[in-house]
Amino acid sequence: MSFDNNRPITPELVASHGLKPDEYQKILDLIGRPPTFTELGIFSAMWNEHCSYKSSKKWLRTLPTTGPRVIQGPGENAGVVDIGDGQAVVFKMESHNHPSFIEPYQGAATGVGGILRDVFTMGARPIAAMNALRFGSPEHEKTRHLVSGVVAGIGGYGNAFGVPTVGGELEFDRSYNGNILVNAFAAGLVETDSIFYSKAEGVGLPVVYLGAKTGRDGVGGATMASAEFDDEIEEKRPTVQVGDPFTEKRLLEACLELMATGAVIAIQDMGAAGLTCSAVEMGAKGDLGIALDLDRVPVREAAMTPYEMMLSESQERMLMVLHPEKEAEARAVFEKWELDFATVGVTTDDLRFRVKWHGEEVANLPIKELGDEAPEYDRPWVATARPAPLPNDIPRMDVADALLALIGGPHGSSRRWVFEQYDTLIGGNTLLRPGGDAGVIRVEGHPTKALAFTSDVTPRYCEADPFEGGKQAVAEAWRNLTATGATPIGATDNLNFGNPEKPEIMGQLVGAVRGIAEACRALDFPIVSGNVSLYNETNGRGILPTPTIGGVGLIPDWSRMARAGFAAPGELILLFGAPPEWGTHLGQSIYLRDLFDRREGPPPPVDLSHERRTGDYVRRLIRDGIATAVHDLSDGGLAVALAEMAIASGIGAKVNQLNDVDP
Amino acid sequence: MRAAVIVFPGLNRERDMIAALKRFSGEAPLVVWHKDPELPRADLYVIPGGFSYGDYLRAGAIAARSPIMGKLRERAAAGAYILGVCNGFQILTEAGLLPGVLMRNASLKFVCREVRLEAVNTDTPFTAGYAPGQVFRCPVAHADGNYFADAETLAAVEGNGQVAFRYAEGTNPNGSLNDIAGVFNEGKNVLGLMPHPEDLIEPAQGGTDGAPLFETLLASAA
Repeated sequence: MSFDNNRPITPELVASHGLKPDEYQKILDLIGRPPTFTELGIFSAMWNEHCSYKSSKKWLRTLPTTGPRVIQGPGENAGVVDIGDGQAVVFKMESHNHPSFIEPYQGAATGVGGILRDVFTMGARPIAAMNALRFGSPEHEKTRHLVSGVVAGIGGYGNAFGVPTVGGELEFDRSYNGNILVNAFAAGLVETDSIFYSKAEGVGLPVVYLGAKTGRDGVGGATMASAEFDDEIEEKRPTVQVGDPFTEKRLLEACLELMATGAVIAIQDMGAAGLTCSAVEMGAKGDLGIALDLDRVPVREAAMTPYEMMLSESQERMLMVLHPEKEAEARAVFEKWELDFATVGVTTDDLRFRVKWHGEEVANLPIKELGDEAPEYDRPWVATARPAPLPNDIPRMDVADALLALIGGPHGSSRRWVFEQYDTLIGGNTLLRPGGDAGVIRVEGHPTKALAFTSDVTPRYCEADPFEGGKQAVAEAWRNLTATGATPIGATDNLNFGNPEKPEIMGQLVGAVRGIAEACRALDFPIVSGNVSLYNETNGRGILPTPTIGGVGLIPDWSRMARAGFAAPGELILLFGAPPEWGTHLGQSIYLRDLFDRREGPPPPVDLSHERRTGDYVRRLIRDGIATAVHDLSDGGLAVALAEMAIASGIGAKVNQLNDVDP
Repeated sequence: MRAAVIVFPGLNRERDMIAALKRFSGEAPLVVWHKDPELPRADLYVIPGGFSYGDYLRAGAIAARSPIMGKLRERAAAGAYILGVCNGFQILTEAGLLPGVLMRNASLKFVCREVRLEAVNTDTPFTAGYAPGQVFRCPVAHADGNYFADAETLAAVEGNGQVAFRYAEGTNPNGSLNDIAGVFNEGKNVLGLMPHPEDLIEPAQGGTDGAPLFETLLASAA
């Protein structure tokens, strides 16, 4: 097979790369000539929505990302937050929605692999994972297959890699019938004096390729993930990568060993858009050019073209800039772990991204414009109309019957079937397993400190009112951390929306980001990393807007930690928070949706200053040893919360004041 | 006493095991990389849990055929104590150091939950910390823990007092024959078990039910 790098670039070829005519014109203006075939692939990889955040960047900039504890905000592989004593927690959440719908096991597995790699690329050893999953209606023909595949894939990768899964979400709604959501979170621990970044420094230094070999899997994956689905989506199966947790585990150990030698100047994992994205990011961030020689790239298939090598999304690969005098030492570490190690390029001072193959230059592009100066859009948007107030015909039902129906239904039932397929204990530091408000992991090496992790969003609230829904997602994450006794210290956001070219979808994104920003400011809960997943539509139908918030909290002394389950019989149960004059709220409730199939009314508004006062007070009660069991009220309200506390402990509860009141 | 932890690529519970051994012996165990030219002298060798070689081919199959296992076999014959947990158990059965095999869980799914174990033969340094018939808590986390042996082997295992632990109170999580959770070799100096006592040894982990195994083993191997 011959490879023609100089084939004519037709409008059809441009369109098949997900580039719009005006974007192609931008390319022509930028380089003053038609791109080569490889260059077109590189542009499509760098300028797609998934890699460039071109539709969301303008709004992401409005999020609060700094704070006294924040060491690294968005823009790196993951965010970094100081936890004192010379240590920091590194975390991020990322979506793998499209691949998981096409091939659930591998899609979910490589989602976990990708987020773990983001964390250990920064020098951190992963200590906790979570996943926020959203599937279509339980009755839908594909749901069972997707749930079992995704859960097995998450377990298959995370369990073998060796990270405890401590929390997550699993929700069903018909809006996800054709477009499920798989958001994976990972956190790691790092010493604050040995955090590694992706910014290359120094001219003429070796660019080294590490890890697994490059294959043809995942070619064009990021471009696929930036498009809507249609009925032919099954044909895209070859764009889904295949995960190998065994290699990832070795890559983790090899990277941490290598970092300890002092050989690493810069490091970037090869995730979406593989070699292209990692090389361009390292160079662009460091204001350096990069020259790659593809003949040195370890490949697992014969006759790979430069186009395929540049766009492959084969997993478990890293790119590094190393101190040349330490190259031999670095090579020895990777040989010990039986991983590939190849010098594939060099840093340059000309700000060009140059790619050589079989002695021929197949790409020569300006690196800054590819990377941090990629195009950006201010897409038109319309604000979501405020929902009408709930009508007066709210159906009534016996409280006990309603409770049984809710906790027995797909939304409220136990998630044990799911989390028992995940290793929740590995590491020996798990203090709170999934099933409570937040998962808690002890900080190894410290006598009393622990970290709490939660993931939250209520998509039906976000659909009814994106601003209030965004606020509520942040507030619930903050509240869940607080319920264990933790001080919330930082968050990561995974914004899942439909097609941003539709003004009403863009309006959902804008509203939700505004709500998130306002809540994060009010609660001193900075967003330090995140990911945006757009075009979550199938045949023109969008998902519920789903801005997932992953929250991290710090517990100074885990011997004073609260659990959701009652601690002992005979204890008093107190309800904290909303004053009685606010009344009850049933708009967008699970009661209305699941028992009466009604999706009406405004979501419950969040009073952020009240939230903060209540939370700070409850946290003090926990730390003073006064509160023994704490649980937040969310889906299903007081009744479901009490039932969950009772089920978790095997201790019942008697609540007198509920007689003769509305649900 | 001297304990050594043998590490193959892909194992991932070695940190848990090292922490447990250190907690009960007061000193860090030797850590042996599978390619180390020498197997250092030790009284107790431990193969921890994980996914050696990714569980590719069959859980434990590849590690069981690595050169270091030949040396370990010699030490076992000479009477050294050997403990294999989870993937370590799978490796020891694949290597022929323990009878039987571990098949895919009957559910065909990975399972991580707390089970109850019954101490069966407590007349060994591994199990002397438990009373005969004592039932205690222990977590499991595995996909291939379904113990199987042919009728003849099973009869021998039962007859020779080679059953160390059984899943109790209907908590068998994987379909194991006779609820077997852990077995000895004939000499009772090699033990393999699927559950993870090393993850339940301090109150912060929710209990100390796994502690007696390490306490008596490390005391007797001194």
